[in-house]
Amino acid sequence: MGLKRWIDAWPVYRQLTGTDPLGRGKAAQSPRSAALGSRTESADRMVHSVCPYCAVGCAQRVYVKDERVIQIEGNPDSPISRGRLCPKGSASKQLVTGPQREEHVLYRPPCGTQWQRLDLETAMDMVADRVLDARRKGWQDTDEEGRTLRRTMGLASLGGAALDNEENYLIKKLFTALGALQIENQARI
Amino acid sequence: MGSNMAEAHPVGFQWVIEAKARGAKVIHIDPRFTRTSAHADQHVTIRAGTDIAFLGGVINHILGHDLDFREYVRAYTNASFLVNERFQDTEDLDGLFSGYDPHTAAYDASSWSYAGVTAQERPGDHAKETSEPYRHGAKGPFVEEGPGEMEADPTLEHPRCVFQVLKRHFARYTPEMVERICGVPQELFLDVCRAWTANSGRERTTALVYSVGWTQHSVGAQYIRAGSIVQLLLGNIGRPGGGIYALRGHASIQGSTDVPTLFNLLPGYLPMPDVAHEDLAGYLDTVRGPREKGFWGDADAYMVSLLKEYWGEAATAENDYCFDYMPRMNGDHGTYRTVMDMNDGKVFGYFLLGQNPAVGSAHGRLQRLGMANLDWLVVRDLAMIESASFWKDAPEVETGEIATERCRTEVFFFPAASHVEKAGTFTQTQRMLQWRDQAVAPSGDQRSELWFFYQLGLRLKERLAGSTDERDRPVQDLAWDYETEGDEPSASDVLRHMNGIDLRTGRTVDGYFDLKADGSTACGCWIYSGVYAGETNQARRRTPHTRTGPYDAEWGWTWPLNRRVLYNRASADPDGQPWSERKKLVWWDAEAGEWTGHDTPDFERTKPPHYQPAEGASGPDALSGSDAFIMMRDGKAWLFAPAGLADGPLPTHYEPHESPMRNLLYGQQANPVRKVYGRPDNPSNPAPPEAHGEVFPYVFTAARLTEHHTAGAMSRQLPYLAELQPALFVEVSPELAQERDLRHLEWAHVITSRTAVDARVVVTDRMAPLRVDDRVVHQVWMPYHWGTTGLTTGDVVNDLIGVVADPNVFIQESKVLTCDVRPGRRPRGPALLEYVADYRRRAGITPETGTRIATAGGHTERAHIESHDRPEDAS
Amino acid sequence: MTRENSFHGPLTDPAADAGHRDHPPRVGFFTDTSVCIGCKACEVACKEWNDVPEDGIDLLGMSFDNTGMLGASSWRHVAFVEQERPLGRQDAGLADLPVGPSGTEATTEVVADALEVAKRGGGDLGTAPVDLGFPSFGLPGAATGVESRTEFRWLMSSDVCKHCTHAGCLDVCPTGALFRTEFGTVVVQPDICNGCGYCVSGCPYGVIDRRPVDGRAWKCTMCYDRLRDGLEPACAKACPTDSIQFGPLDELRERADRRLAALHEAGVPEAQLYGRDPEDGVGGDGAFFLLLDDPEVYGLPPDPVVPTRDLVSIWKHVGLAASALVAASAAVFLRGGRR
Repeated sequence: MGLKRWIDAWPVYRQLTGTDPLGRGKAAQSPRSAALGSRTESADRMVHSVCPYCAVGCAQRVYVKDERVIQIEGNPDSPISRGRLCPKGSASKQLVTGPQREEHVLYRPPCGTQWQRLDLETAMDMVADRVLDARRKGWQDTDEEGRTLRRTMGLASLGGAALDNEENYLIKKLFTALGALQIENQARI
Repeated sequence: MGSNMAEAHPVGFQWVIEAKARGAKVIHIDPRFTRTSAHADQHVTIRAGTDIAFLGGVINHILGHDLDFREYVRAYTNASFLVNERFQDTEDLDGLFSGYDPHTAAYDASSWSYAGVTAQERPGDHAKETSEPYRHGAKGPFVEEGPGEMEADPTLEHPRCVFQVLKRHFARYTPEMVERICGVPQELFLDVCRAWTANSGRERTTALVYSVGWTQHSVGAQYIRAGSIVQLLLGNIGRPGGGIYALRGHASIQGSTDVPTLFNLLPGYLPMPDVAHEDLAGYLDTVRGPREKGFWGDADAYMVSLLKEYWGEAATAENDYCFDYMPRMNGDHGTYRTVMDMNDGKVFGYFLLGQNPAVGSAHGRLQRLGMANLDWLVVRDLAMIESASFWKDAPEVETGEIATERCRTEVFFFPAASHVEKAGTFTQTQRMLQWRDQAVAPSGDQRSELWFFYQLGLRLKERLAGSTDERDRPVQDLAWDYETEGDEPSASDVLRHMNGIDLRTGRTVDGYFDLKADGSTACGCWIYSGVYAGETNQARRRTPHTRTGPYDAEWGWTWPLNRRVLYNRASADPDGQPWSERKKLVWWDAEAGEWTGHDTPDFERTKPPHYQPAEGASGPDALSGSDAFIMMRDGKAWLFAPAGLADGPLPTHYEPHESPMRNLLYGQQANPVRKVYGRPDNPSNPAPPEAHGEVFPYVFTAARLTEHHTAGAMSRQLPYLAELQPALFVEVSPELAQERDLRHLEWAHVITSRTAVDARVVVTDRMAPLRVDDRVVHQVWMPYHWGTTGLTTGDVVNDLIGVVADPNVFIQESKVLTCDVRPGRRPRGPALLEYVADYRRRAGITPETGTRIATAGGHTERAHIESHDRPEDAS
Repeated sequence: MTRENSFHGPLTDPAADAGHRDHPPRVGFFTDTSVCIGCKACEVACKEWNDVPEDGIDLLGMSFDNTGMLGASSWRHVAFVEQERPLGRQDAGLADLPVGPSGTEATTEVVADALEVAKRGGGDLGTAPVDLGFPSFGLPGAATGVESRTEFRWLMSSDVCKHCTHAGCLDVCPTGALFRTEFGTVVVQPDICNGCGYCVSGCPYGVIDRRPVDGRAWKCTMCYDRLRDGLEPACAKACPTDSIQFGPLDELRERADRRLAALHEAGVPEAQLYGRDPEDGVGGDGAFFLLLDDPEVYGLPPDPVVPTRDLVSIWKHVGLAASALVAASAAVFLRGGRR
């Protein structure tokens, strides 16, 4: 910083030489303040979303910069929410960017005392094997009267109600093909 | 009623505030004075679990003073239909309807049918698991005859007509009785009646809002029926400003019912096949009866299209479209039944997908012990949750019931993608699908459920590709060929297939009326048909509300067919004209020869108001021009439900499973067909006529806070939310505080026969005791968001709650139970078990407690404990 | 530019008074507490936008208020007031219930004791209750000791920096860290603030405070960065019921007057405006309120006075004092610059 700029930056100098002799306004504004702007304006893109908490369905605008979410706020265009969000919806950025988010598959072997890391592909293969095993162990072809059951009672699923419709669709479809009946979600609760 | 809208749906509450500013009166009826009450014109404190008594009182007030909207009732409800001569009411049978079998605690509902209808009698030994309701999907049950032959009395005076049956049934729900049961002073109750009726009719409508405060009861479905009857009598259904709003609590819980991951449903509320269904024709015969009215008449098109979507090319007319590939149900396979089966070693693997039952389901202890008894558990969530870490930090580790080193459950934790890291639709509480675009890619191993299940499906297909076992055919033939983006299926392509595709052209269909039963269309969810009309993702529409009309038709997409108000034909009179200028919504335009209006008409567009169906017509063709309730089999709204409910054709006040009070209306204490699970690991607190209820003298209810979300995984971990509600508390009135020596901000513990939990005491005037039948009843409540992980931790409130369920939908009664409250902290470790066991001893609790279901007529029938009731396991 | 009254009394254009030429209209908040549902969206939206740290996961037991008061890390604070009196024509439904006396007096005492030891975002919650009052559970002396309570109401109100026309914090800030923006709002600049703390005692509302981690003073900026891009502040945008309204102050004052009249007409005579009056001790607030009770019930000072009102006479009569102020601030600035 050169001497002139340094002097200019001194509020008292600006105060004594500008329109703000008391030094409480323009003269006191720092370069940082003078350059301030909304970070949403400098976002790379804005993406439309919907709040993941309750079922009101408030529209959200997700602002992204350098492939990171930098802000989530309401979308005033929505006929449902008119841009407003409750405290949970307002905390959405913390929900998706906070340190509580797990990033790795964790595995606890039978009788294990702590978590272990597991490769995603390996874990998927292990789950596929176990699904078939449980399916086999709980398989029922017919009931006591000989009527068709064609099902397994060996595995079950309980889903949250923040899953997408498309996800629920595939879940039900796959489990039904496997013969798994005990496929439930929060709506039962 | 049963809703704390300001706290649970704050952004939705802006419309209530706005309505209030325009002069609407807001009444809040709730056990607690909440942030909703703070903005109500009238707050009514009610004893938890007595809403039907209150609503029954309102119905009695309406009928007793001729305050119903008679023209509406006569035109659009089944008020004039005559009920079967064999029907006997709770008036006749001390709180039971005809057809009750105390041995099975289930009804044979055949006598509830309309007069002249040959309903099939059901053997009395039918267990309630095979009773009707959960097998029906949403379609409603049969009405065997067409309405042409229906015996009816348009004057509504015949003693067996629905109107008179209703009048008689509710006659004893007097203001005095409401006061004695609900604890609501008569004058206050009458104020509500006057406000409700005065604000209904041609010129005015009243809206009714409920939430899980109504559903989480052993009589939950009947709560909603009772609300429906009031709204129908007052003409508040299908009309602007009227209706019943089920405010749902999760982003796509409506969607997860429409596109169900529920054991008894297929997409679009088609019932899951059961053992009685030998083939597709047999299945369809139970979905749509011959000569029945309404759009379920096209169920063959919906079901065949679904089977075509599931099994694609493999599904042909010759092989019944692979109907035989479907697993069959034969009982209660709901989540609580499954968890008990886990405890009994009958379940080996379990997926938890964004769900935390160790905290969020009733009887958390049973949940955790069940999980500790599995071969393997897969948990997919955003953050670490109690249901994944139970093997090391469950309360049962502290009590010694789960030993980490001996707990054999293999646990896989998969990090999930968040709502901004994947594209797809949520269906919100008004049935509106809204598309989310993907904002950023997930990190590390985080993946969507779409990825996970698609990839799992690929692996399973690969493993079973060479199998010759018949049971593997459904997987081998499964259509699993969605367009992909990278290694993940395209959500929009999945939505396209849910919308439905004309297989001859490969293009999307425009709505469910385009679906065919001949295998030429594939459709994953018929009620969502239209969401991708014109090969355009309608759920992604975002025309600002400032540029569209009052019904905002170009924002998202609302099923069915972008209609906002269901059954809105009823907003016009039988002649097709609006009931009033002020309340016009859709109407018949005679010149144009079609229905028109502000909303999409929920009626065939060109069917005139005076249309009469041809002789022998069925399905939609059988609907007359004034059959506004187009999904019902008789085209009418049901004041009296001639079938379809497990616990009676009319709502009846029963005390909760756990109650401090004897039922003042009938000898039958509680719901006579409620689903009890009498097991040593699921004890109940005693309720009259059982002895020792005084050990648990207080009424307990659980609820949520604005600042937290359900089981807490999405809020307890967030500093900005955790600091706003930083600790588990129990709220008590000053009067109860004095009675139990509880001090503000000090510790207390709440005890039931299941366990005891610690919490800080909050003494507040917002809680008030009630005078119920000349005794004072105290109510306490706790928020249920806490567990052992997160920035704020606390005991699991759901551990207090046992499992007893509504017999129609198998939802647990978690909104009302009994408890004791004591100052100070609960015992820790094994001492806790001893402490609770001592309570059980003092209350004389055995597995049979609470399971002697039938109490009408002064004698108590046998206990329903699991060893007696469990159907033989199929092999 | 400088007029005699620029430290107190009405001032039509504080931005111009602070040297901003061709500035946008003065903006502010009108917080209509009669529609506040106490959801605290404002608190969270503020923290998310401004990256304000969490400041204490403690149960305060002040009804549903666990924030306690405004501070360096709480720029919005929702107060909850439980009272034994009716709200307009609202019927709390207590008549004929078997209730005893109110419990609020006892709980208030417990809370007050607990607050003495609760630390919060740099401000010790218990340090100044006598001066500022707390969001209270009832009117002083309201608990009459009668046998049973008959009335009840639950008030909620979101508090915020008032962005005073005459801002004590700004007037005493020796470094120029606080400044009056072109919008007429008052903002503390973290790149200038050296944590001297004069502003803390300069605020008649007890709003501005220092953060323990860095010692600097922080408070609501009315989202200065958002304003510069034409956006409304985060809290006002989130507020589900529009209890927090943002806009040009003149418009807000008119809107508030209409709302007040409507409430009076609707049978809520207790409704009153707070901070609306340009003749008050701070020349009117840039953030003002519609309250349903006297301000002290919400923890607001009934008659806030800018501490620098007396500075005018010093300025006028003791020219030397002004020079001394310049010298003092130069010293502080240089010290800060070397940090």
